[in-house]
Amino acid sequence: MVVVLNGKKVELADDVQNVRALLASYQLQEKIVVVEQNGVIIDRTHYEESPIMDGDRIEIVHFVGGG
Amino acid sequence: MDTWKIGPYEFRSRLLLGTGKFADLETQGKAVEVSEAEILTFAIRRLNLENPHEPNFLEQLDLKKFTLLPNTAGAYTAEEAVRIARLAKASGLCDMIKVEVIGDPKTLLPDPIGTLEASKILVEEGFIVLTYTNDDPILARRLQEAGVHAVMPGASPIGSGQGIVHENNLRFIIEDAKVPIIVDAGIGAPADCAKAMELGADGVLLNTAVALADNPVLMAEAMKLGVEAGRKGFLAGRIAKKRYASASSPTEGMIE
Repeated sequence: MVVVLNGKKVELADDVQNVRALLASYQLQEKIVVVEQNGVIIDRTHYEESPIMDGDRIEIVHFVGGG
Repeated sequence: MDTWKIGPYEFRSRLLLGTGKFADLETQGKAVEVSEAEILTFAIRRLNLENPHEPNFLEQLDLKKFTLLPNTAGAYTAEEAVRIARLAKASGLCDMIKVEVIGDPKTLLPDPIGTLEASKILVEEGFIVLTYTNDDPILARRLQEAGVHAVMPGASPIGSGQGIVHENNLRFIIEDAKVPIIVDAGIGAPADCAKAMELGADGVLLNTAVALADNPVLMAEAMKLGVEAGRKGFLAGRIAKKRYASASSPTEGMIE
């Protein structure tokens, strides 16, 4: 399926069916990130129960230097 | 001990440091250490998925030693600021937020209406809200009525290094304050920190003046000392200004 991930169209591998698998596909399990799916923030304890659908808009954000 | 509080949190250091624009992470780490800052600001941005494991300053920090103050930088509307604030809080690392709603890309001056709207919403949602605002005493009062936990008037435009341009406005804001006042943005030199603190500000937040100094680590120490000098000067109570001289040496016992 194809999703819009951080503003870019991305074709996901067949085994990426939920948010947990999506993060794992980029090896982000240990990183401090926050996921928003179609405008809704996904609680980190619910990654596995959050299915990804074709056409989803997903943002993965983190803390960067700023003033 | 001269401590102060923002919402429920107590601090000793009155210098808050931004983490942007540093040339490298090693310099940044040293600057943060010598500044003795306890509160560090961050921005929230998309992770670069083409290089998701590039070194990140936050991940090198001992998070037990610092209170994180994420900002809503980049927001031009209250809605955008609220969205960023919620993302920051969902990290589970912090519940403080620096509300920043910009009204103009050239001056980066805050949009007062969007700033007040976002602050109101985030106070209601339970955030500890520190609002970056114009140096407008009436707006500062409105923000306090909305329940913000600290008001952060700009000294001058972000990153401009102009120092305090409306000293009188800052004085009015400080005199009227019921929550901590943190002078944020536009600081150029340690003297600006000292001045802000002498006026009675509770703290100073700066970034560019340290990050882009020729020697950021030395400047971080200088800013810390500027804040401390100004704070002590404020507590000590300066003399009134007089029109004419007043001799420091005795006028009696002169040799004739």
